[in-house]
Amino acid sequence: MTMIPFLIGIPAILALMFPMIRQQKFRAILVYIGAGIIMLTTMIFIVWWIRNGAQTMMLYTSTEVWDHLMIVGDIFLMCLIVYLSVKYRRILPILLSISQTVLMLYTEFTTELPESVHMTVDWLTMLMCIIIAFIGGFICIYTVGYMKGYHNHHKDVKDRQPFFFSMLFLFLAAMFGLVVSQNLVWMYFFWEITSVISFLMIGYTRTEEAINNSFRALWMNLLGGLGFAVAIAWMAKQNGTVQLWDVIQIGGAFPLFCLCLAGLTKSAQLPFSTWLIGAMVAPTPSSALLHSATMVKAGVYLLIRLSPALHGNLTGIVVSSIGGLTFIAASMMAIAQNDAKKVLAFSTISNLGLIVGCAGIGVEETVWAAIFLMMFHSVSKSMLFQSVGATENTLGSRDIEDMHGLIITVPKLAYIMGIGIAGMYLAPFGMLISKWVALKAFVDSGNFILVLFIAYGSATTMFYWTKWLAKLLSYHIPRQTVKDVTCKDEYTSMIFHVVVMLLLCLLLPFVAVWIVNPIVRELFGNSKDVLSMSVLATMAIMLVSIFIVPAAMFFISRASHRELVPIYMNGINAGDNRYFTNSLGEKEHLYLSNWYLRFEFGRRHLRIPSIIIASALLILGFCLVLGGVV
Amino acid sequence: MKKLSKSPWLLHYDASSCNGCDIEVLDCLTPKYDIERFGIINTGDPFQADILLITGGVNSQTEPVVKQLYRQMPNPKVVVAVGICACTGGVFKECYNIKGGIDTVIPVDVYVPGCAARPEAIIDGVVKALAILDEKRAAMKQNGG
Amino acid sequence: MKVGFVLAYLILAPILGGLLDGVDRMVSARMQRRKGPSILQPFYDLGKLFSKELIAVNNVQLLLNLSYLVILMIAGSLLFAGADLLMTLFILSTADMFLIMAASSDSSPYANMGASREMIQMMAYEPLTLLVAVGFYLTTGSFHVEKIIQAPVSAVLWMPGLFVGFMFTAAIKFRKSPFDLSTSHHAHQEMVKGITTEMSGTTLAIMNIAEYYEMILLLGIFCLFFINSNPWSWLVAIVICAVVFFMEILWDNVSARLKWKTVLYGCWVVTLVAGGINILILMLIQ
Repeated sequence: MTMIPFLIGIPAILALMFPMIRQQKFRAILVYIGAGIIMLTTMIFIVWWIRNGAQTMMLYTSTEVWDHLMIVGDIFLMCLIVYLSVKYRRILPILLSISQTVLMLYTEFTTELPESVHMTVDWLTMLMCIIIAFIGGFICIYTVGYMKGYHNHHKDVKDRQPFFFSMLFLFLAAMFGLVVSQNLVWMYFFWEITSVISFLMIGYTRTEEAINNSFRALWMNLLGGLGFAVAIAWMAKQNGTVQLWDVIQIGGAFPLFCLCLAGLTKSAQLPFSTWLIGAMVAPTPSSALLHSATMVKAGVYLLIRLSPALHGNLTGIVVSSIGGLTFIAASMMAIAQNDAKKVLAFSTISNLGLIVGCAGIGVEETVWAAIFLMMFHSVSKSMLFQSVGATENTLGSRDIEDMHGLIITVPKLAYIMGIGIAGMYLAPFGMLISKWVALKAFVDSGNFILVLFIAYGSATTMFYWTKWLAKLLSYHIPRQTVKDVTCKDEYTSMIFHVVVMLLLCLLLPFVAVWIVNPIVRELFGNSKDVLSMSVLATMAIMLVSIFIVPAAMFFISRASHRELVPIYMNGINAGDNRYFTNSLGEKEHLYLSNWYLRFEFGRRHLRIPSIIIASALLILGFCLVLGGVV
Repeated sequence: MKKLSKSPWLLHYDASSCNGCDIEVLDCLTPKYDIERFGIINTGDPFQADILLITGGVNSQTEPVVKQLYRQMPNPKVVVAVGICACTGGVFKECYNIKGGIDTVIPVDVYVPGCAARPEAIIDGVVKALAILDEKRAAMKQNGG
Repeated sequence: MKVGFVLAYLILAPILGGLLDGVDRMVSARMQRRKGPSILQPFYDLGKLFSKELIAVNNVQLLLNLSYLVILMIAGSLLFAGADLLMTLFILSTADMFLIMAASSDSSPYANMGASREMIQMMAYEPLTLLVAVGFYLTTGSFHVEKIIQAPVSAVLWMPGLFVGFMFTAAIKFRKSPFDLSTSHHAHQEMVKGITTEMSGTTLAIMNIAEYYEMILLLGIFCLFFINSNPWSWLVAIVICAVVFFMEILWDNVSARLKWKTVLYGCWVVTLVAGGINILILMLIQ
């Protein structure tokens, strides 16, 4: 199998090329070519793999040179972290980084391990590769246009685009490596790369806030990395193996718990969710990449891989409870946000919480739902991040209040954003189906708390999306005309996402049968049809009707003649709908605000309690697991 | 033909009344007079109203409001001026700040005099207005409306 | 059979809903010692609304209102066709979304306030409706309405808490006081007409018809609590529906409107106490 080195190698080589290219035009061409090649390679890889019978493949048994290179890489990463931490005077990352690297080196040199497979290719890997290559690739294309606008807007930020593109592609390389790795040591290596790159990308602007937030992201992810390292050391010492599937089969509770900790930090679950919210200071493409397609999906990917081992044990209960808690707490906190990116951040955390909750239950149905959620979330969220980024460049603000009447000022972006939002919660789009399956699975598994969480959580989720959607679609005469400065590159990417989103919904039954069912079968050995074909088909028909009904009504209602009158403002409407006469007889501007319920659902009230509860759960679980082992 | 007269919804506006007539208008809603038995609803919304019930004379502050409310009501519609002030300006007719009756601003269909107008008179006025409403509807239909 | 039910729903629901609305207005009047309008009053209102000139504040409101109506009809048809209850509920909230969009499409202060309150109300009743579906699933082993109605005993025996909770939150859907925050059948209030403020003539008539469909849909869910394999249970269900409807009218007349916070917390607490405990017990005994 000679394709995998290309998958990882091509983005890595591209990443090395970017620092040398200073001209914007060449860079843009290189990004297009690079993204194209990555997608093409992935396509060829998939076609080749399916042609060969779509069997699980075990690859690279003997890889001594690479093992040594990875050790060097680990040490290099540690040195980088130490250097940067010293430069900015932080201690925690140094401690975490050194301790885990030393632990890894110690394990590496003291334990003899039998040679085994280093990489495997199966359906889940394939799905992840598609997500990384296509969503990641299009995000790179989007970045070309976005960064131009970004640096026009933010003159104070130093233009470090070569570095940024380099990091984007390196990130894709690391993600490819991560999802194909079977050997934990290899996986750990790629895991660490993603942590460090996300740290570098969050700190792009080098403002004080950015640096603080990037270090927070770093230490939290390194904590997860430490968990990973401990799991590897334990597995090597106790079981004499460092394969992921051995953790699932014979690993026992302790390494499982440590790996889950790593997964929880990466997927920004409570109590580690603050890093993801802080990461919003970075330019939008990195948010799109980190929080929709890749970084957080790495954590979720690991948990889904582990999910067969999580069924019915303490670790599983801890993971699913934390997931459920995160789902509801983050969706409540999202209500109080008016910064569009913050809303997206919280909703990401919240959706990941649901996925983690599903993975933690660890039965076929929940994992089925988790995979669906993961797919839809990647597409919708990446689309939403991109459209918010483009809107920010156009309006100069990403406040949802400023998006009032976006449908008039920048209709294209409003439609894209609207479809993204609809995809996140409306019946019968994909996310809702997953939520439905998750609800059913939670009931079947008898998890009362999670049923309650999902019932309340979907209500709060509905609230924050609806009010945003309502804001977008308000007909409103704009105060000043806005020029849409969104580049072609950005539209290319966003329209691709829209098309994928709609296709995914329309082809839902096929996606379920051809992609999701095989993955579940691989993980659990068997799979049943979670939702019957008829239900899925009804959903697809419903989806069509959701589009057709308003369209048909559009023509019906257009046929009728009507007279337009001003809106009702107690008869004191001054001229057009924007002003009214106040009690002093002066014209006053009408300002309509959304409800944010800051005093009820604000972060101030919910953050600390939810972090305390989640930490308590985690520590309690850890103690119990440790007690069971020692 | 009878559609409108069976379900007239009214909008009540106080142009500059002393609130005497307003209280009598609200009186009509009470169990004693119960205008809902005619299907009449006192809606607060010009978009849904058929009858504009105005009390008090018009001054410079309320003039644009009366005009706007009238414009926001869908055809067919009638205007009922309740109380002598609304009909002619009443005792305030010669005041420097009063423009006069409602008919100085918008066309009035029914005048209900009185100070304050009695509920029975108001109901009578509204019922008279219903007949006009039906006529207007018929006229609208003839004009292809 | 299925087609019959769906057709009956599509044709009869507005008629039945209108009659119920008429009964509501009459009974309310009698409770206030008034004579009140005739029972056919809602139909006179609809006839009048359709005959009015079409005025609007923008070009999309009518289309969104029509979508609201059609999607509600789809949701109701699904219920009466015996399809999945959860799907019905999800589509019901999608329909509501169109109403909210219709109200907020015009940037009008009152309609916007109504829309925001409607969202709060959705947030308030949503958990319980989901729990009701879960309750049916736990008692009868299926989300499918046709399986639910073939259960040997009525579901309400297993889920009395959910029934009470549903009665509580259904007041929101029926737009009854004390939960009529977003709009109300009673006129002249602090929010004018809430979400329907900018709707006139045909647009309002469509909204009213949609409300009738929704009313029958909700009463259908109430019936689900009682219907079992015994044909007589249908009669019981209809009687209970009448009782529930009467209770809602009574409640409407004896209570004043609450603030949104009270509504939200009240509904959530009732959901947790009545619904949650009921579900917990169901989960434990199964």
